[in-house]
Amino acid sequence: MVTTIPYQIVYSRPESFSEVSTHYCPGCTHGIAHRLIAEVLDEMGLREKTIGVAPVGCSVFAYNYFNCDFVEAAHGRAPAMATGIKRVLPDRTVFTYQGDGDLASIGMAEIMHAAARGENITVVFINNAIYGMTGGQMAPTSLPGQKTTSSPRGRDVETTGFPVRMAEILSKLDGVGYSVRRSLHDPKNIRLSKKAIRMAFEVQSRGLGFAIVELLSTCPTNWGMTPKEALHWVEDRMIPVFPLGDYKITSSVAGIRV
Amino acid sequence: MARELLKGNIAMAEASIRAGVEAYFGYPITPQTELLEWMSLRMPELGRAFLQAESEVAAINMVYGAACTGKRVMSSSSSPGVSLMMEGLSYIAGTEVPVVLIDVVRGGPGLGNIAPSQGDYNQIVHGGGHGDYHAIVLAPASVQEAIDLTVLAFDLAEKYRAICIVLADGNVGQMMEPAELPPMLPLDRPVPDWAVQGAQGRERRILSSIYLKPEDEEVTNIRLLERWQTIEANEVRFKEYYLEDAEIAVIGFGSAGRVAYSAVRAARAEGIRVGLLRPITVSPFPSARIAELASQVRAFLVAEMNTGQMLADVQLAVSGRAPVEFYGRLGGVVPFPDEILTEIQRIAYRPMTMNGDPRRSWLKRLKSQME
Repeated sequence: MVTTIPYQIVYSRPESFSEVSTHYCPGCTHGIAHRLIAEVLDEMGLREKTIGVAPVGCSVFAYNYFNCDFVEAAHGRAPAMATGIKRVLPDRTVFTYQGDGDLASIGMAEIMHAAARGENITVVFINNAIYGMTGGQMAPTSLPGQKTTSSPRGRDVETTGFPVRMAEILSKLDGVGYSVRRSLHDPKNIRLSKKAIRMAFEVQSRGLGFAIVELLSTCPTNWGMTPKEALHWVEDRMIPVFPLGDYKITSSVAGIRV
Repeated sequence: MARELLKGNIAMAEASIRAGVEAYFGYPITPQTELLEWMSLRMPELGRAFLQAESEVAAINMVYGAACTGKRVMSSSSSPGVSLMMEGLSYIAGTEVPVVLIDVVRGGPGLGNIAPSQGDYNQIVHGGGHGDYHAIVLAPASVQEAIDLTVLAFDLAEKYRAICIVLADGNVGQMMEPAELPPMLPLDRPVPDWAVQGAQGRERRILSSIYLKPEDEEVTNIRLLERWQTIEANEVRFKEYYLEDAEIAVIGFGSAGRVAYSAVRAARAEGIRVGLLRPITVSPFPSARIAELASQVRAFLVAEMNTGQMLADVQLAVSGRAPVEFYGRLGGVVPFPDEILTEIQRIAYRPMTMNGDPRRSWLKRLKSQME
């Protein structure tokens, strides 16, 4: 007697994901963030109407990993480029994917004004408290005392100031419909991150203004840690400085259920 | 269409609209601001995109993004603002998307002033942004020409997937003259086969200026160079006046060229055999025509509103086969026709030498004139 074992595919590559290997280091959470976005694009049926804007930084090659149209911005200018695209193609989905050096340092003006205008785009902001691509320099989000290659004795707040909390700052602008911070350090928080990314795309598809999801992420290579240590560092060290939470969910957005 | 009294900046704005510009991104800066203001009124009423950006850095990157969709897009600015756009222009050149930029040049360096100048010739003609690329640069001398060249700029930018800059000095932007606008073109251009608009029913597209492998970047640089050589072969434009029998050739672009035209006519009235070559494309430069003139004329006079930036291009074309003299006014000062007439008379009636940098002798004459 032959027994048929029923099977169900529970995990596969999203259509919005390209069939290539990423260049990211082992233990880096960029890949997770990418996958979450790709899953959301699939679930919302947005792949064919989406234009992504890649940044400069470790995720400079993000355009290789998504199976949708993409452009590659200059360092920090992704929100301006996204603005240009969205203004001429308002019915398309436009998102930027930016790191902390890109968004919170060199691109501070562009992100602030895109948000202030209520530019109807989605921003996924990877905060790993360091410059990854150039080899581990201090970022505007580096923690006080954090050792980097450009703060070898640890970030001295007397001379280099304090970490920039973008989700909180952006939440103060009237043009922002959705501003939250999530983390990618464990499965539960990864699920919450995905839900937030979904919300950020829902906000755009309903024309409810600027939406940003800040994702606390790891950089084991430049932090000098194992992947596991890095995940713990996010939980133990980063979250106290960058509390997870919903900093702005406008009333029209609050009604959305995903 | 009837001729009407139009200010240069507004004429260039309306000409862009008639040429089918679908998005404008800019930032206020004198002496260009009326262009942005006109766009803020007209673009929304036509259902097209207008946005006053937070900076010229943002404006040019908005233009970059919109250009990637294959739409007709533009910005305008003046010297210090264009300096801020150089990063974006380099990326646009590297991504090979068409963009039109109008630069209403003012006095510099630094904050300088808001008077008409041609001090940005080198920045605009010989590069500006990082990397190896060329922009097509058109230099109008009247409001009518500003209109015509603005329309041409969109066609050239699209034809070659290149940056086309209208280099208008402050005079051209600010003066009012009778001019005729073109008819309104319909917005029925097909979507280019390189544009990103979402990968509906096709393979995804990526637009980028990154070529990480040096071999790929070299191929890209060669492609850009070959395209530039095609532009050099096909798109050189200039205007000639009284050059058929000329013994002296004056060369000037934009406002300086227009002032020189008055001087040349006055000199002709005196019986001096002088003509004028006014480059319309300062990039690609009419080097071949100037080289040809080098075997006809006894001497050249280059007139500019800078310290002799185009002078170097003329000298290169002449290659020492005739003396090249220079006259310039600086910092936002516009020369009078009499000043250039005096220079023409000097060249006509006194022996010329090929010795030394013409800027040294010019500076001596200018300083004694200023005393």
